[in-house]
Order: sequence, then structure tokens, then C-alpha cells
Amino acid sequence: MNEDPPITFMPGPSTESAPPRRVIRGLSLIRLRRAVRLGVKSLWLHKLRSLLTVLGIVFGVCSVIAMLAIGEGASFEAQENIKNLGSQNIILRSVKPPEEQKVSDKGSQSYVLQYGLTYTDINRIRSTIPGVSVVVPGRIMREYVWNISRRVDCEIMGTVPWYPQMRNHHIARGRFFSDDEMDDKANVCVIGAEMVRALFPLESPLGRDVRVGGDYYKVIGVMEPTTKGTQQSLATTDNTKAAADRMFIPLETAKTRYGEILRKVRSGSFEQERVQLHEVTVKVESPERVPAVADAIKQAMERNHKKKDYDILVPLELLKRAERTKQIFNIVLGSIAAISLLVGGIGIMNIMLASVTERTREIGIRRALGAKRRDIITQFLVETVMLSGAGGLIGVLLGVSIPWFVTHFAGMKTIITFWSPLVAFSISALVGIVFGIYPALRAARMDPVEALRHE
Amino acid sequence: MPASIVQFDDVRKTYQMGLVMVEALRGVTLEIRAGEYVSIMGPSGCGKSTILNLLGCLDRPTSGKYRLGGEDISQLDDDALSAIRGARLGFIFQSYNLIQQLTVVENIEVPLYYQGRSEDDSRELAASYAERVGLGHRLDHKPFELSGGQQQRVAIARALVNEPLVILADEPTGNLDSSSGVEILKIFDALNDQGKTIILVTHDENVSRHAHRAIRLRDGQVESDLRS
Repeated sequence: MNEDPPITFMPGPSTESAPPRRVIRGLSLIRLRRAVRLGVKSLWLHKLRSLLTVLGIVFGVCSVIAMLAIGEGASFEAQENIKNLGSQNIILRSVKPPEEQKVSDKGSQSYVLQYGLTYTDINRIRSTIPGVSVVVPGRIMREYVWNISRRVDCEIMGTVPWYPQMRNHHIARGRFFSDDEMDDKANVCVIGAEMVRALFPLESPLGRDVRVGGDYYKVIGVMEPTTKGTQQSLATTDNTKAAADRMFIPLETAKTRYGEILRKVRSGSFEQERVQLHEVTVKVESPERVPAVADAIKQAMERNHKKKDYDILVPLELLKRAERTKQIFNIVLGSIAAISLLVGGIGIMNIMLASVTERTREIGIRRALGAKRRDIITQFLVETVMLSGAGGLIGVLLGVSIPWFVTHFAGMKTIITFWSPLVAFSISALVGIVFGIYPALRAARMDPVEALRHE
Repeated sequence: MPASIVQFDDVRKTYQMGLVMVEALRGVTLEIRAGEYVSIMGPSGCGKSTILNLLGCLDRPTSGKYRLGGEDISQLDDDALSAIRGARLGFIFQSYNLIQQLTVVENIEVPLYYQGRSEDDSRELAASYAERVGLGHRLDHKPFELSGGQQQRVAIARALVNEPLVILADEPTGNLDSSSGVEILKIFDALNDQGKTIILVTHDENVSRHAHRAIRLRDGQVESDLRS
């Protein structure tokens, strides 16, 4: 049965003439490497248990990274959109006053409705409020724009030549109209990227004519599509996407072509709206002065408009609000992360305590064979840290891939900041240290005699 | 005269068991010299395990002196005792006490591991010791794949690998069938012939007969100390 030949102990080859004693002292890298190898071995022995143990850490880390990436993406987009409005700008818009709306909804009478921003407002702002550098007026009409048989329902905006640089819009092709064209009331236009797709799907729009009502306008430029907003952040709805599907013509041209009265014909009745300006952008000299100027404008407008037929938008305020929201979001996220890592850490400690009890005898053997207390501490601590570190790593991988899926399938922008996986991973390793200390100490404190006797 | 390896000088050990003080050793004085093959015998409760724990530096005497290789180690701290266990003592247990998740060669390496030996060094040394107990072809087997006799031989190789001053064996044949037991005792004989100092704790007369000196304990004291 037992075919092992030699039963007795054979003398050593050279009677142990002191083999090269390369002794490693202290906690060197080699020692640590061995401890790691030992840890891998014993964790691998209980694969399922190890996996289940670190699940808490995995989900904690993963959810933090993913949520942070999604949140970061959302707030980046919001801030980008707000920045596109210009952080030094204050935007005033004409709003149909609510009471008037009710009346006009009845649609029974025909009358002229007068509301909104006026040229007087502009002059007042320009002359009485210090620190205002540029005021950009704008008129907006809704019309069909034609290219032969293709048609787009779009907003036509009459404005001034320096509108694009004020509002951070960029020209993709061609150019914006010039001062001369403005003065000449020239029939030129700059169209949005979306319109190009609809009106000129095959050919280049530059130099071609589009028809609005009975007038033809020569296309001299195409606006760049702005970062496409997917979620409805407060300020973006009609402002950033505006550049993509709006048509711009010189303000003077708009004044002469369309006058101040918009006419809507409904079944039987018609209503007219008299609006001088739909949109006014005020540029403040320095960002610090924005709040003060905004207040001044608000007061001036309140004094001169009995009805609230205007709306004031301060991008800087929105930006601050967005930043504050993001801060709150981060705090909430941080608390969730802390709780989940705490729970994960407790889970790991629980399992490590069980493992220490289970391996009491091994501890006794190791102590009898020369292991010092700190060797035992190292062994268990390394094991715990590896466990939580591995959990952290899995969590990071999952957490990095989830935003990718979100971007691809939900079309949301996500941003993974380089520090978030790093921090999440180091915290999970730290959790391993913190929650590994107690089980490791317990293992090291065992009396070797008792431990050896343990069944 | 060979050098003195183990020297007990009026060693006493008392345990607190609940409210009662138990005197496990009541003044044991003995000396074991290099190359001796000693058996320690006695009925259960005579202090055999206590004396083994003290010899093995797993415990400290309450009073008295214990010199190992001429050095008084009776009041050293835990770290120093661990170092001594690793460097100067070889343990062989009744239930082999191999680490189940490690292979044969890895089990033999464990004492070297805590000596801080380099890895290649210790792997080579461990393999050579496995060879010498006749398990050179089982290096990568796990303990549960081996018979009791083979496991005990692994334990012997592990006890020898750090070239200890003295080998402490606690009922080494207690869990083995008689033929495996005989094998193990033959190895002990061979080891002693090669000059190793062996202390064997047993209650089995047949086992103790292999030793050249028999110390009998009774009630925590040396009853007789006979050389054959």
C-alpha cells in the first residue's frame, strides 16, 4: 500500500554546513509580498465567501462612482448651458402677461395687445445704469422658412452683428452679418445647424436663398450646433438650442420687413400683438458687478412696467444656484457612500472574526513555529485589506462601466473625474485597514497553547 | 561531556482555574545534554503537557529558571520567545498539526518563513528535508491526501528544517496505527544516531523504550530519572 521507499531519516548531504543565511529583517517588501501571496491563497480557498463578503464594498464604491459621474455630467451640462448664455450677461425677455393671455385665449375679440420690452427700456438702461457695456436688442418672429419645397417652422431673430460673441454662439461656416449689412437693411441671414439639415440636406447652404413669406434672404453663414441639452435645465430650453434652429437676420431688416405688430389669425377673429423687442441682452463690464446691475435693472423695469410683461434672467445667478445644487448633491452622495462603506466594512469585519475563530488552530501552529504577534497581525490585516481592496477594484470597474452604459443607452452625458475612482478605491482599502485591525489583534492575542488545543 | 541543552532549575508553574490555584509543576529540576534521547512519562494530570509547554517556550514558568542552550529564557517577552521557538525548537505533535491549505513543501517551509529566509533558499531547503523523510515525490500534495504516517513525516521534516537545538515530540505516535508508529520511531532513532537531541512526551511504555533516558513525573514532580 505504502510504496514510499525510505522509512528512516536520511542524513543530509553535507551535514548542514550552514547554508547561505540570507535573512530578511523587518517588514520588507519581500515579506509583504509573501503575506500577500498567503492572503490570496486563503481568500481563494473560500471564493464564494470572499465574494459575498466584499459585495457591500463593491456596491458602495460602484454606486458612488456611477452617481458621481452622472451628477457631474448633468451639472457640467447645466453649467455649460448657463455659461453659453454668458456669465457677464443679463437677459431680459418679453413675456405675454398672464391676464392678457386669458383674454386672448377666449379668442372672441379682435384687438391689439401691447406688451414687452421697448426701445425706451434699452435707452433707459443704457443711460441710467452704470457698468453696462453693451446692450443687444432682439426681435423674434415665428415664420415658415422655405427652400423651394422644403419648409421649416422656425424662429426668426432680428438682432445686431455682435450678437454671437455676446452669447457665446459660434459660426460653423461662413460669417455673421456685418454692420454695413445691418445699416443697409440687407436681406441676408445666418441659419442654424438644425435648419441646414432640414432645408439643405444635400447641398451647401452658403450663397443660397431661403424664402420667408414673400422675401428672399441670402444665407451667408451657419451657426455651430451647441452642446445638445438632453435634460431640461431651467435656462436652456429656448436659449442654447436657439442657435441651432433659429434664423438670424439684421435687426434693421426685421424692423422694416415686419414692423412691430405680429398678427395671428384664428378662426374668424385675429389678434395683433405689438412688441417692440423680444429679447435684450445686457452685458456687464465685470462679473462682480452683475448682481448689482441686475438689481438696478429689476428696479428700473418694475417702475416703468405696470404689468409683469418681461422676464429677467441672470445666468450668473443660475450658475451659482447650479453650483449650490451640485454641492448639496455631493454631500448627499458622500453620506450615502460613507454609510455603504461602513456597512461593507462591518460585513468584512464580521467575516474576518469568523475566519479568525475558524483558523485558531492554524494561528496556534504558526505561533509555535516561530510567528511573532506582528506576523499574525500582518497576515490577517493583509488579508482584510486585500479583500476590501479587491472589492474596491471590482466596484471601480463596475462604477466606471455603468456611466458608459448610461451614456450609450440613455444618451446622458457622464463625466468620470479622475479622482473619483482613486478616492473610492483608497477609501475601500482604508476600510479594510480600519475594520481589519480588530480581528487581526484578536488573532494575535490568542494564547498559543490554547490555540493549539483548539478543535 | 556534551553541552547542556535544557536546564530546569526548580521550575514551578501554577494556574488559576476559577477560584482554585492549581500547581501543575512543583519544583522540577533537570538537565538534558546534547545528543540525548529523553522520554517524559507519567499518568495524565502529572504535568506532562505543562512541562512540554514550558520546554517549548509556549508558556513561562511561574518561578524557577529555564536555560535553553545556556541562555536564561524564563522571563523573556512574547516576541523573544517566538524567535526562540522559530530558531531553536522543533515541534512534533500528536495530531501532526499541519496547515491544511498548504502543500507538503509549504508546510515544511513555515518555520523558515518566520526566520525571514529568502524564498528560493527556503523552498530548496524544505524540498531537501521532504526528500530526507521520503516524501520527495509528494511535495505538492495537500495534507489530507496523505496517510497519517506520511503526515507525521511531514511534521518531522518541518521540525527539522530550522536545525533546532532540540526536538520536542508530543505523543508522536498517538494517532497512528502500530506499523506507522514504528516507522516514525525508527526515524527518531535515526535522528538521534545523527546526534539530534530529542525529548519525547508519551504515556506509552513501548514508545518510551526507544529513548535512552526516561523521566517519570508524578504530581508535578520528577519521580524517577533513569538512563538505560
